[in-house]
Amino acid sequence: MKPPAFKFFAPNTVEEALTLLETHGSEAKLLAGGQSLIPTMNFRLAAPEVLIDLNRVNDLDFIRQDDGNLHIGAMTRQRAVERSDVVSKLQPLLFETMPYIAHPQIRNRGTIGGSLVHADPAAELPAIALALKARFKIVNKTGERWVDANDFYTGMFGTAVEEHELLTEVMFPKSTESSGTAFKEIARRHGDYAMAGVAAVVGVDAAGQCDAARVVFLSVSDAPLLMENACKALLGTNLSAAEVDAAADIAANQDADPVGDIHASAEYRRHLVKVLFSDVVQVAAERARA
Amino acid sequence: MGKPIRRNEDPRLLTGQALFVDDVHLPGMLHAAFLRSNYAHARINSIDVSAALEREGVVAVYTAADLGDYWQRGPLLVPPPPIDGLVFNECTQVPLAKDKVNHAGEAIAVVIAESRYIAEDALEDIDVDMEMLDAVVDIETALDGDTPRIHEQLQSNLAAHVVQEKGSYEKAAASAHKIIKRRFIYDRGTAAALENRGIVVTWEARSEQLTMWDTTQAPIPIRNGLAAMLGLSESQVRVVAPFIGGGFGPKIMMFYPEEVVLPWASMQLHRPIKWIEDRQENFFSTTQERGQVHESEMAVDENGKILGIKDVFVHDAGAYAPYGLTVPINSQCTLLGPYDVPNYYSEFSAVFTNKPIVTPYRGAGRQHGVFVMERLLDFAARELGIDRVEIRRRNYLPKEAFPHNHEIIYQDFAPLVYDSGNYLPALEKAVEIIDYDNFIKTEQPRLRAGGKRVGVGIVSYVEGTGIGPYEGAKVTVENSGKVCLLTGVGTQGQGHYTAFAQIVAEQLGVDVKNVRVVTGDTREFNWGCGTFASRGAVVAGNACNAAGKMVREKILKLAAGILEVAEADLELSDGKVQVKGVPDSAIKLGDLAMQANPLRGAVKPGTEPGLEATAYFGPERGATASGVHAMLVEVDPKTMLVEIKRYVVVHDCGTVINPMILEGQIQGGVAQGIGNAFYEELFFNEGGELMNASFMDYLLPTSLDVPPIDTAHIETPSPLNPMGVKGAGEAGAIPTGALFAQAVEDALNMDGFEIHEIPLSPNKLFELTRK
Repeated sequence: MKPPAFKFFAPNTVEEALTLLETHGSEAKLLAGGQSLIPTMNFRLAAPEVLIDLNRVNDLDFIRQDDGNLHIGAMTRQRAVERSDVVSKLQPLLFETMPYIAHPQIRNRGTIGGSLVHADPAAELPAIALALKARFKIVNKTGERWVDANDFYTGMFGTAVEEHELLTEVMFPKSTESSGTAFKEIARRHGDYAMAGVAAVVGVDAAGQCDAARVVFLSVSDAPLLMENACKALLGTNLSAAEVDAAADIAANQDADPVGDIHASAEYRRHLVKVLFSDVVQVAAERARA
Repeated sequence: MGKPIRRNEDPRLLTGQALFVDDVHLPGMLHAAFLRSNYAHARINSIDVSAALEREGVVAVYTAADLGDYWQRGPLLVPPPPIDGLVFNECTQVPLAKDKVNHAGEAIAVVIAESRYIAEDALEDIDVDMEMLDAVVDIETALDGDTPRIHEQLQSNLAAHVVQEKGSYEKAAASAHKIIKRRFIYDRGTAAALENRGIVVTWEARSEQLTMWDTTQAPIPIRNGLAAMLGLSESQVRVVAPFIGGGFGPKIMMFYPEEVVLPWASMQLHRPIKWIEDRQENFFSTTQERGQVHESEMAVDENGKILGIKDVFVHDAGAYAPYGLTVPINSQCTLLGPYDVPNYYSEFSAVFTNKPIVTPYRGAGRQHGVFVMERLLDFAARELGIDRVEIRRRNYLPKEAFPHNHEIIYQDFAPLVYDSGNYLPALEKAVEIIDYDNFIKTEQPRLRAGGKRVGVGIVSYVEGTGIGPYEGAKVTVENSGKVCLLTGVGTQGQGHYTAFAQIVAEQLGVDVKNVRVVTGDTREFNWGCGTFASRGAVVAGNACNAAGKMVREKILKLAAGILEVAEADLELSDGKVQVKGVPDSAIKLGDLAMQANPLRGAVKPGTEPGLEATAYFGPERGATASGVHAMLVEVDPKTMLVEIKRYVVVHDCGTVINPMILEGQIQGGVAQGIGNAFYEELFFNEGGELMNASFMDYLLPTSLDVPPIDTAHIETPSPLNPMGVKGAGEAGAIPTGALFAQAVEDALNMDGFEIHEIPLSPNKLFELTRK
């Protein structure tokens, strides 16, 4: 379990990193916290010829607020997000989810940007980003662009970040006061990749009816999965237990098309979708009403 | 003795000062990496290593062809026991695969290079032309006519067929009130020791000495075998098994290919070589255990009394069977448990499969037997309307029944005779601690009414421990007054540095901290077998006791002469010998040791210098330990996640040497048992490839998954050794599967829902409850 030889560069700035990316192209891999890339290399499942280590690019390590929007630099450690008062205040869903990500040792090293771009279908952060309509700042030699979460994830381990590009920042837009959020996942052991997990954002209007719903699952598809039909079914309801259960059925049977693996069969996953959808939407609704 | 004193070895271990194999660094040391088969079953047409040899930093590449006459199959470690009608088809492992590979991970070639990195790079340069064959994975079809044959020199995939019988099950069944009949499956897991295997070996041509640091549980047999294979004298070979991060059985297996190939390579190259198994290799190339399928039935009368048992099972031997029949014989014998079974028919077929080799792993087949027996009792109790605890009470062997002969042959080739036991008090104590009656009558109905799915389990088991042949110990009182204790067994975390020291300290009246234990180094002690089969405390412990006693006698004799009193008037304490009640007469043991080793004068003919003795102990048969485990669980019916609310162990391993170490053994065993029951499972695909060879997908229970364990002890000393001890190493892991099944079934409380298999998982419970 030793990686094959590779060239190693450790730029200090985004500009230097982009130059290296341009030079080495598809032979290069960006190294952030290394919590997925390094094991993959040790198993010799990945053999990049060049590693561009971003750990000295200090400009990418920040947590900022601006008019209620939360900005997090791509190289910010997950542990810093987990402990941030700003995150806790502005984005309770993100804050609530952080402890579910693997183990403290991994969060000490793992970065926000690394997890978002790695786009593991079982990862929590991509699902949260999609649920909260996060926006991604992608830079290249010629400039920068912002991409919506809806367009960012393109399938199994796929994102909108191109070969010569770098994710530098993610922005979570200000949340509305009438919404409530919740997260839950079912894993074999705490810290494992979940067999299924869900993040919910539910809005309730003055009359107590659901006026917004974004329910996103992880680990039940090849990318974070927004349960579109189930969310539509929630709109206009009073979010009663029966109504939420009915939507959960839609989530499990129409939106989700899970595949099985050694830990959870497709049928068990589908069952977990239903259970989690009901549980988490109810909690989010209660929080919205509070 | 009997005190929970802290462990002598812990300061070294906790501060990182203990020597493990990977801590050995020698000048000029090379590194090895093994090319292992990706296929489970394939023919090797050709191997081309030329590109690997050209890589910079590669020193040598060896295949089976390079080994010449040195290429031999491994020894059959345990020949088949003397059972009438027994069929045994021997086939042991090879150092490097020659014409065929028989399991994924089987070694084909070895690269020796300047670094492990280079060695692994060079593995990718080796071109092996292989022809994939259909793999034998399912043990139940392994003997079918159209199943591929793994070992072409044999007639079929049958490794062994054994029938053992006591009384007549047929007659018992004919008169039975009820027959309980079920099919049970117990599948594979791996021991997953914290430290993987490893070897550092060096051939010193000038001194003609071979030294090998090896993570083995049996250093002396490895030394003897290596000397024979390499054509060296045993005195030219030194095997050191230093601190080892867990053994659990698989580290006994001798010889692993690495243990054969690397010493030979070091002699070819005249350079030291290191190989440290990585975790991925460990999943394929270290031995595993547990695959069996049982068709079982129990004949009972209307009171739940067992009239007879019939059990027919298939045992997965893996690709080769160097360990003979130890595991399935253990299953066969341990099934009887603490119960009075007048009639027993047991038949098994061990089959070769294209999966990693099976050898004993903590429990060593006992889990399966206990699972079958305890489950049958559970179902019998339910069908007869008898309480689960009550049916066990009614079937226990009474304490007057010992020694009890079960009339079948055990793994040590002797009849299965329980030396001693007293089962009822352990059961009653467990019932009391877990508050069984109150839980069943009050708590469970109350919690169930509130929608909770809670259940209780309670099971019993016995464990044959402490088998021969023998171990030895040498005790020396040094001039400093400190005591040196040498033994050959080797240690993998069992607390031998403390437990053995306690035994000798008790004999000599010295502080436990002043007894320095040396173990696992063949240069220090020449005779012995190893640490396995829950035998360290029983066999080596009694050897330490005997050697300590002999030194005590020497001390008394010498001191009696000096002090001019009778030996009976002397006492040993605080590192001194003195006339009883006369502190002024005290002689320090160190001073006495000096007098026993004079610089002038002459040692009398027929006496030996020094205060030193060597003693050996070999028990007539194993000592039978026993116990009861009980557990409360809650199952979330929506997710099928299981939470253990309470875990109780009442254990009887005879005389206790150090209760703290014993508790640690039991807790570790239970943790491994919980992993085996609910978290750990090896998934082989149809091609025999292992699908989850990493800790990402092979789930070990963490500290969050293993609850605090309440332990209590009953002491029924063994009459077969002077100290009355019984082994405790495996007990914790043995009944956990049976317990888990019973408790979870009770918690779910669904009509007709029964658990017949281990390991379980939320996914499996979901599937079973949907049937």
